Amino acid sequence: MSDRLPGFNTLAIHAGAAPDAATGARATPIYQTTSFVFDDVDHAASLFGLQAFGNIYSRIGNPTCAVLEERVAALEGGTAALAVASGHAAEFLTFHTLLQPGDEFIAAKKLYGGSINQFNHAYKNFGWNVVWADSDDPSSFEAAITPKTKAIFVESIANPGGVIVDLKAIAAIAKKHRIPFIVDNTMASPYLIRPFEHGADIIVHSATKFLGGHGNSVGGVIVDGGTFNFAGDDRYPMLSKPRPEYAGMVLGETFGNFGFAIACRVLGLRDLGPALSPFNAFLILNGIETLPLRMQRHSDNALAVAEHLQGHSKISWVSYPGLRSDRYHNLAQEYCPKGAGAVFTFGLKGGYEAGVKLVSNLKLFSHLANIGDTRSLVIHPASTTHRQLTDEQKTQAGAGPEVVRLSIGLEDTQDLIDDLNQALDAA
Amino acid sequence: MLIELPCPIPYVPFMNHDNYPNDYIRGILNSVKTIALVGASQNPARPSWIVTKYLLERGYDVIPINPGLAGTELLGKTVYASLKDVPVPIDMVEVFRNSEAAGPIADEALSLDPLPKVLWMQLSVRNDEAAAKAEAKGLQVVMDRCPKIEFGRLSGEISWQGVNSRMISAKKPVLSGKGFQKLSLNRP
Repeated sequence: MSDRLPGFNTLAIHAGAAPDAATGARATPIYQTTSFVFDDVDHAASLFGLQAFGNIYSRIGNPTCAVLEERVAALEGGTAALAVASGHAAEFLTFHTLLQPGDEFIAAKKLYGGSINQFNHAYKNFGWNVVWADSDDPSSFEAAITPKTKAIFVESIANPGGVIVDLKAIAAIAKKHRIPFIVDNTMASPYLIRPFEHGADIIVHSATKFLGGHGNSVGGVIVDGGTFNFAGDDRYPMLSKPRPEYAGMVLGETFGNFGFAIACRVLGLRDLGPALSPFNAFLILNGIETLPLRMQRHSDNALAVAEHLQGHSKISWVSYPGLRSDRYHNLAQEYCPKGAGAVFTFGLKGGYEAGVKLVSNLKLFSHLANIGDTRSLVIHPASTTHRQLTDEQKTQAGAGPEVVRLSIGLEDTQDLIDDLNQALDAA
Repeated sequence: MLIELPCPIPYVPFMNHDNYPNDYIRGILNSVKTIALVGASQNPARPSWIVTKYLLERGYDVIPINPGLAGTELLGKTVYASLKDVPVPIDMVEVFRNSEAAGPIADEALSLDPLPKVLWMQLSVRNDEAAAKAEAKGLQVVMDRCPKIEFGRLSGEISWQGVNSRMISAKKPVLSGKGFQKLSLNRP
């Protein structure tokens, strides 16, 4: 006999957010404070020693941020979560907890460009070496495994849109070799895909995108699935060895199936510092309350716009897994039957010049470098985010001269189609 | 009210030990007072020391059991060598040893007069044979759970650490009266 868990819509509104214990405030208060008074000296010692649950200092934990953490953990079906300053910070603290200098991790080639930069360049300073694999060919992950491999990283729906990753196939390889499987679930959100149900061990989010959903706050979340047993595993000393920072405590043993999230907090966030502002946590929480409604509308709108563009005379191709003809349609039916998300790319017959003209001519779509806003967004990667690359590199990255990326918002579909039509007519 | 399946009978004689209703755990933690913790440690980095301290701070009378430390004081409490040495009735025996050792510890617990009301085995400890014997004598049994985590989860304290408490509520949590950062189990 077990207690019935509430449904996704209920969790999106209620998880983590009981009325405030002190005031009864029903909306989650913004605890805009750096620090929290201790009940007494002994209480302070217990908190610093990780012997009691509670709040010390907002770089380590904050009650508003904690509501966001539990909310996302509940929606993903994880054991615990940690909110941080950005999606990049979520990736950084995740790898910091898993990797030592000289270690390797395997990542899918098709990723958000910012993550490719972080892995290729910033991580070199820490001695963490990325090995690239092809998410369209899960066996390439197995081929890349060495004794130094400490993690596998993919995006569930991969940037710049239109790619669905076969999570179960890659999870099976990770499990066979006892390697933690990290999934960036930013583009899908737990409404469309719940990676723990497909074998992920750790999930990271840029909460900036669909969780927050309104284009107003940067934030990130790490979710612990509680599925990987780090205790006693010498490859992960942050979790399996006595920590000198905490008088010899073994975090993976003391905190059981949420030890990874605790280690990210007390060894990563505490010492490296990318804390989330409580105000941003509040705005992201407000966004999450409508996540199920928004994600469905994003996906429905995106499909309608993609279907329209597919038939347009100035467009050579549309890459959206919601389309029946798309190469990822079967995977989309398996992993995200409710919809394939908001973001996709298409190719203009007129090439680079047509792309530049299109973004200039659009009146309702905003030309900017973000996704997951209520507003519809457009970018022409070849003239913006990818302009430093050679033409060959652009094409490999899915950002050839003719490519345009859309993040479809929540407006009326006809208004989006009308705006694209007028801009294409003039392009 | 808390969203969970109601458990109308507070005492469930033969429990499914994979999942425990919240009401079952809450009923135990709300009713026991004296907890004999077998496998107590003097090392503040050890989970057993942390759990001892946490439960003492929440008002439980924790009696540490460890033959190697018998007669010494641990967190202000006298350590006893075995359960039968404890001079007061024990409400709950908490087994902080491995699953195999839980068998003889359960046997000793079941030889006590009066009998304990609860046999609780720590997170990662499970001994179904010992559980069956204890249940046959009318004890409530919990296995593979940590009382600190369960207290934190049911009170809401654990949510401050971003842990998924698997509980939602539209009622105000209740401060325990022992400080601003300690919550009571008695949520409405």
